[in-house]
Amino acid sequence: MMLLASTGVDLARVQFATTSLYHFLFVPLTLGLGPLVAIMQTLWYRSGDEAWLRLTRFFGTLLLINVAIGVATGLVQEFEFGMNWSVYSKYVGNVFGAPLAIEGLAAFMLESTFLGLWIFGWNRLSPRVHLATIWIAVLGSWLSGYFILVANSWMQHPVGYKIVNGEAQLTSVWKLLSNEFALRAYLHTMLAGLIFGSIVMLGVCCWHFLRGQDVELFRRAAKLALIVAVPVTLLQLVVGNRFGEAVTSAQSMKIAASEAQWNTCEPCGFSAFQIGGFTEGDQTPAFSITIPRVLSYMATGSFSGQVQGLNELQAQEESKYGSGNYMPNIRVIYWSMRVMAYMGVLMFLISALGAWLYWKRKLETARWFQWTAIVAIAFPYIAATAGWVLTEMGRQPWIVQGLLKTDQANSPSVGTAWIAVSLAFFIGLYLILGIVDFVLMRRYARPDRPTTRDELPEPAATY
Amino acid sequence: MDLQILWFSLIAVLWSGYFLLEGFDFGVGMLLPFVPRNESERGAMFESIGPVWDGNEVWLVVAGAATFAAFPAWYATMFSGFYLALLLLLFFLIIRVVSFEWREKGESTRWRTAWLWANALGSTGIALVWGIALANLIHGVPINSNNDYDGNLVDLFTGYTVFAGIAFVLLFAFHGANYLTLRTTGDLHERVRTAARRLALPATAVGAAFVIWTVVVAVDRNDKDVFPVVVPAAAGIAALAVAAFLVYAGRSVLAFTMTALGTVAAVATLFTGLYPRVMVSSTDFSNSLDVPGAASQHYTLAVMTVVALIMLPIILVYQSWSYYVFRARVTGEGVQLPEALAPPTGGSPAG
Repeated sequence: MMLLASTGVDLARVQFATTSLYHFLFVPLTLGLGPLVAIMQTLWYRSGDEAWLRLTRFFGTLLLINVAIGVATGLVQEFEFGMNWSVYSKYVGNVFGAPLAIEGLAAFMLESTFLGLWIFGWNRLSPRVHLATIWIAVLGSWLSGYFILVANSWMQHPVGYKIVNGEAQLTSVWKLLSNEFALRAYLHTMLAGLIFGSIVMLGVCCWHFLRGQDVELFRRAAKLALIVAVPVTLLQLVVGNRFGEAVTSAQSMKIAASEAQWNTCEPCGFSAFQIGGFTEGDQTPAFSITIPRVLSYMATGSFSGQVQGLNELQAQEESKYGSGNYMPNIRVIYWSMRVMAYMGVLMFLISALGAWLYWKRKLETARWFQWTAIVAIAFPYIAATAGWVLTEMGRQPWIVQGLLKTDQANSPSVGTAWIAVSLAFFIGLYLILGIVDFVLMRRYARPDRPTTRDELPEPAATY
Repeated sequence: MDLQILWFSLIAVLWSGYFLLEGFDFGVGMLLPFVPRNESERGAMFESIGPVWDGNEVWLVVAGAATFAAFPAWYATMFSGFYLALLLLLFFLIIRVVSFEWREKGESTRWRTAWLWANALGSTGIALVWGIALANLIHGVPINSNNDYDGNLVDLFTGYTVFAGIAFVLLFAFHGANYLTLRTTGDLHERVRTAARRLALPATAVGAAFVIWTVVVAVDRNDKDVFPVVVPAAAGIAALAVAAFLVYAGRSVLAFTMTALGTVAAVATLFTGLYPRVMVSSTDFSNSLDVPGAASQHYTLAVMTVVALIMLPIILVYQSWSYYVFRARVTGEGVQLPEALAPPTGGSPAG
């Protein structure tokens, strides 16, 4: 539906959405698989057990294939603000640019340099120092995530600024860095990363069980994946919910839209599924399954809390900002929220089931579960994509909540034709990169995979 | 006011760091199709920059983000104005980034050759486009009274700017050849030295012409006096000339130091010639963006200054350590394929 967009702003939005959603397919796996690989190497370092070394190298290879495309697509993100959103860039540069610059100086530089040391340092560094390099690279990636989310959260909930001559100016860097929205978004995103890492790892292990290849080896990896996945997927349900509260106070419209809640309610039931009720002309769903009081709890933390409806919020915004439509696309927001949440629940159930099977020593033989776990590799990707659609489309029509509208923020000097060209360019290039990445990942994850350079020569013997 | 000048200088420093470090990575990339004779030598060339190129590239990420934060109007006008050129640049950047990790993940000759060329093409393209883009800042592009770019892609190509792009390519090829003479052994080392000798005169001549032309453009089109722009220009010419001499004299370490200095001097010439403007307008000189007009306010710059003063020394320490760790010459043996992985005949990379 968005591909039918014809104006420059719409095309620029589709382009930004495409490139950033794509970028975020690779980032969270890096964030999550990084610490898991570091843990495996630590286990090898502590125990001297060769099995952990093999696993470190196996999953390390997958991590590196993934990092390459994450780095490449990250460059596009940094350029795109200025290329497509020059008015936005001028308006927010004073505030928004700072965390991006700090990210480069304090985080990304660390991650890149130490990842290089890790990849090529097997034979050149002592085991202890080499182990430190992967942990420092992980630290860099996690710091990087923090600064990026500080920048993004300022668009959702601007703090620590004043408007001077029609541009935002930073007044308190501490308020910017301790933005509650950012802290909650950070926790939510990092947990998502760990879910990516552990669910992908579990799926890969199950693939090996299914083929009966290196079963003993991958049993250990499966155990580690489950130890991470079970608590993290459960915690994410709680954290995601608490994050919703922060959104409620900063972006009431987004929450009302995510529930297709047209009228203010108190207490409010949670619509688990509905048909219809997504447009102003059709506010009552033809069919719905509603769970009493749950929306009140999710949005406010109290089972009797009040949630403002879209109609009332629209009236409020109009009196505050002038006439216009202040509602995002309700249907998209409603479903993206549900896809994300249901995927989250599903991943918890699969992890819990996997842990139970592991406990019963059936994980290596339960073929139905192995297939489920392999299919579930797709779930964190679907959930994260839906989550960003909810976050970013839910903020519309604003590019910076309450300060600047998206349709006033694009580059006046960039013609529609140019954006069409660049959009086609990115879709084409990313499609090719995606196919290559998928083929490589699959190839190096499969049970009868080829040996990589990283596995040669045997490093333990050369220390 | 002083912080604005500091940040203009810091951005020049970040660009210098980027070209000084990634410059030789680009050079290695450009030489990839021509210098190595077998898979082992190709592997050695990749390995010579494998551990460090990613850290080197972050200097660009920081330069871009620092421009966004310290000079939002500059970032906005430049990145939207150079739209299609930067799109081309992103293409080169992306294929080069993935080539490093992906090339060795496939065994077929076709696959490895394709990614080798991707790296070579990317390295050459990036140098060319950045040369053209940065030269346009000082040469001037159509900018209207709203500080918006008011031209098209063709406006970016003038004699001077294209020459700047070619100069960047030659300079980095020479710089990369000098780097390789420090990092290789055996036959490959001999051929790299030959490449450095062949590149020495063209790179020096074109590099010298570029900095002289930059001084002329600064005076002609950016209302500058010959002094002080001529100082880094002269330093650049001297450094390159000495580098060429040292290459013939077989003094590799010093030659590499001199091409590094020459690269920094070329960037310094551009930025000295640019100040106090950040983008010259060719439509009407008064539409040019300048440092005070494009800069963020004092508080933002102060915060970033504190961060930069803390982080830059730390970065220099750990990046230097990384070069120290990988100081040994590469032989290509570390990446040689074992018997079992001998290239299969043709076929897709997926095997």
